[in-house]
Amino acid sequence: MASPLGQSVTLHDIAARHLHARHRLLQMLREVQASRSYVPEEAIQFFAHVLNLPIAHVRGCVEFYSFLHTTPRGQFDVYFSDSVTDRMAGSEIVAKRLADRLGVTLGQPRADGRVTVSMTSCTGHCEQAPAGLANGRVFTRMTEARIEKMASLIEHGVPVSEWPAEWFHVDDGIRERGITLETFIPPGEAIRTALARGLPATLDEVERSGLQGRGGAGFPVGRKWRGAYETKGAHYITCNADEGEPGTFKDRVLLAKYADELFEGMTIAGLLVGAKKGYVYMRGEYEYMMEGLQTVLEERRAAGLLGENICESGLDFDLRIHLGAGAYVCGEQSALLESLEGKRGIPRVRPPSAVKIGLFGQSTINNNVESFVQAAQIAWKGAEWFSDHGETKSRGTKLLSIAGDCQRPGIYELPLGITVREVLARCGGENAKAVQVGGPAGTCVGRDEFDRRVSYADLATGGSIMVFNDLRDMVDVARQFAHFFAHESCGFCTPCRVGTQMLKHYADKIADGQGTQRDLEQVKSIGEFVKGYSHCGLGETAPNTLLDTIKRFPEEYTSRLLAEADFVPDFDLDASVTESRALTGRQDQLDQVHSD
Amino acid sequence: MAESGQFLIDGKPTPFRAGQTIMQAAAEAGHYIPHLCYRPEFPPHGSCKLCSVKANGRFTSACFEPVTEGMKVESETDEIQGYRKRVVQMLFAEGNHYCAFCEKSGNCQLQAVAYHLGMEDTHYAHQYPQRKLDASHPDAMIDHDRCILCELCVRASRDLDRKEVFGVAGRGLQARLVVNSPSGLLGDSNFALTDAAAHVCPVGAILPKRQAFTTPIGMRRYDKHDIGEESSLTPIADKGE
Ligand SMILES: Cc1cc2nc3c(=O)[nH]c(=O)nc-3n(C[C@H](O)[C@H](O)[C@H](O)COP(=O)(O)O)c2cc1C
Ligand code: SF4
Ligand code: SF4
Ligand code: FES
Ligand code: FES
Repeated sequence: MASPLGQSVTLHDIAARHLHARHRLLQMLREVQASRSYVPEEAIQFFAHVLNLPIAHVRGCVEFYSFLHTTPRGQFDVYFSDSVTDRMAGSEIVAKRLADRLGVTLGQPRADGRVTVSMTSCTGHCEQAPAGLANGRVFTRMTEARIEKMASLIEHGVPVSEWPAEWFHVDDGIRERGITLETFIPPGEAIRTALARGLPATLDEVERSGLQGRGGAGFPVGRKWRGAYETKGAHYITCNADEGEPGTFKDRVLLAKYADELFEGMTIAGLLVGAKKGYVYMRGEYEYMMEGLQTVLEERRAAGLLGENICESGLDFDLRIHLGAGAYVCGEQSALLESLEGKRGIPRVRPPSAVKIGLFGQSTINNNVESFVQAAQIAWKGAEWFSDHGETKSRGTKLLSIAGDCQRPGIYELPLGITVREVLARCGGENAKAVQVGGPAGTCVGRDEFDRRVSYADLATGGSIMVFNDLRDMVDVARQFAHFFAHESCGFCTPCRVGTQMLKHYADKIADGQGTQRDLEQVKSIGEFVKGYSHCGLGETAPNTLLDTIKRFPEEYTSRLLAEADFVPDFDLDASVTESRALTGRQDQLDQVHSD
Repeated sequence: MAESGQFLIDGKPTPFRAGQTIMQAAAEAGHYIPHLCYRPEFPPHGSCKLCSVKANGRFTSACFEPVTEGMKVESETDEIQGYRKRVVQMLFAEGNHYCAFCEKSGNCQLQAVAYHLGMEDTHYAHQYPQRKLDASHPDAMIDHDRCILCELCVRASRDLDRKEVFGVAGRGLQARLVVNSPSGLLGDSNFALTDAAAHVCPVGAILPKRQAFTTPIGMRRYDKHDIGEESSLTPIADKGE
């Protein structure tokens, strides 16, 4: 089968280009997937051999990431985002339309190997939904009319590179700028300012600014940097550009338009702790930005801002960009480090923290994209420039990515401490009945809580804000989130691996009108258990929306519960003997079991 | 840091040495904390979550949480024992565990801990996964239906046998034990019955062949005593079948 991406690249070429470095295994596997539409068995054995890794390790890696496959996908591999706001914009409808027109079942390649159409977790273009990926390229604003055209292009074998350019147009989506989006640092200026002030004094400045981690958890950036600064030995700097939380798309615009600021922030952190090397871990969905980012890196190397003796400081630092391959859990800091090392993204045991033992066993500063951008701006402009904004316990401004039922979805830079009501007024979401702050892992609030504040002290968010109006079914929203977590659980710990499946099972049962009060109680008790008992933040937050919506929209649940007398067992005996009945041809009365 | 100190398990003052985990200090003091993925020969793994306790009011895994001076550990409270029962019920619901005709019955730690916790049913919707049996090796077989992904075999093969026969592939519910051989079959690997990895499986997933009923049912390890009477520090050689 011909590949649209040039199958001529050999496995040897791929391994050689990555210098046979084991930690680049995932990068190699991505290239095999792109050029062959899957990772064939021969590739698994090849990499195991040349990298001297167990076959089980390579196989384990391939099977972990959603964008790697062990069986051929279509020559055209099309994904549609199934994030709840993308669905609200019709992503499932356009996906089904395309599948119908091409005669394929969702998720399965067509028999002639021409095409696969599937759903995938949020692709990070929610304000331009429905969005998706065609052979790795992001498309936005898909319409039914465009689908007709796409189907015909696929049937005629027209390469994705020749599809209409406007389908792949990505707006930056900025609606409101604050201090961060208005501050462009002339390349090198923040580094020079930091060096002139002195690096330890710059660390003081970052600490004094009160900047907290912008990835969602809000850990003070200065404190993290100081921890690494005081740790002896080698260091690494890593940037979390995984942006996997559904509804978050603010790092996208920073990567596209503020790359210099990002690299400047990473470099200052690197110079401070004496790191020689940094990595940006960027979600696979953002591959289309790779070229632009590489260009910025080259320019910075040419200008002496990366590489040896940066700005005559006598210090060296350089950066690489690694791509993920479809795994939400890899946004979790320690899973990200595992993935950067070329392994499955399984969260590590803590302690030790990454600041003590991080990438390749060395002290590591890992921060979100926005955190590094703002740290660079603080290094340049000083602590007050930042801390004059926001509220006491949550300083500064924050980028919010808003999507769903509002007139003006997009990116808003707002001071922390702003109320939900004010956010809704800005984006034209006054009709909301519910707002999901912080994505599926965050908090769902109803109308009577719109005076609550977006801040680390109240409603924390990495940026995701989803707006739902009166027409939305919150049970269905919670069900979709339950599916997301069940799909994304890494599978390491029992409560999350099994518990998220159970939550999905009961959420489906209730949403389908087959649930009873008992099932609702199950959801609550499994939810509390999974939250308390899971190994990492994924499991600890997976039940949030189910529990929140049960509490805040109880009538939406109770109205569709069956009376207890109509108890529906989890196990459908009739369904499970259908196959043997068909095989034996038995249809006698005694054989009929009725569960209803 | 002081060389040693004291902390409380369910209110009982218990000594510890600097650097010990809750599990280690508890075991040394003869206090059983249920566990499946922990064994003293290996660094803690933290995946089964059966050993979860509350330390100073916060849930954590006893197998990897370091003890601190004066730490208040809750372990045998109704709340925690109830949650532990859930862990075991979930493991039963996830795999296919037919104890009644399992060779390991009576020697199985999952079964034993279920008895210990007074588990009477599996409570959750069974997943009935379809997993293949691997009988390709002349001396041992893998019944994936019973694997609880504790990765003890993975660690034993890597750290003690220096062979890396096992690994884990897949994500979420698709996570599965894989064998390091081109065909993925145990028979094509360099696994041997003399490996430590052949004797660490806490359940009946990795089993030696032709030894099924050398010890009759009723006279097996946990037929004779409750698993809670054993020390967590029992080394591999004494803990297998
Ligand atoms: C399941 C999960 C997914 C996460 N995804 C992201 C992500 O996509 N981007 C991010 O910056 N942080 C993410 N985090 C938070 C990171 O673990 C970590 O706190 C963050 O990268 C630290 O950077 P910061 O302090 O600058 O925010 C995630 C956490 C969890 C538990
Ligand atoms: S492995 Fe243990 S729990 Fe599983 S079936 Fe066998 S005896 Fe039962
Ligand atoms: S085979 Fe046994 S030892 Fe290995 S992971 Fe499964 S349950 Fe654990
Ligand atoms: S599966 Fe990732 S924390 Fe449990
Ligand atoms: S024994 Fe601690 S998590 Fe398994």
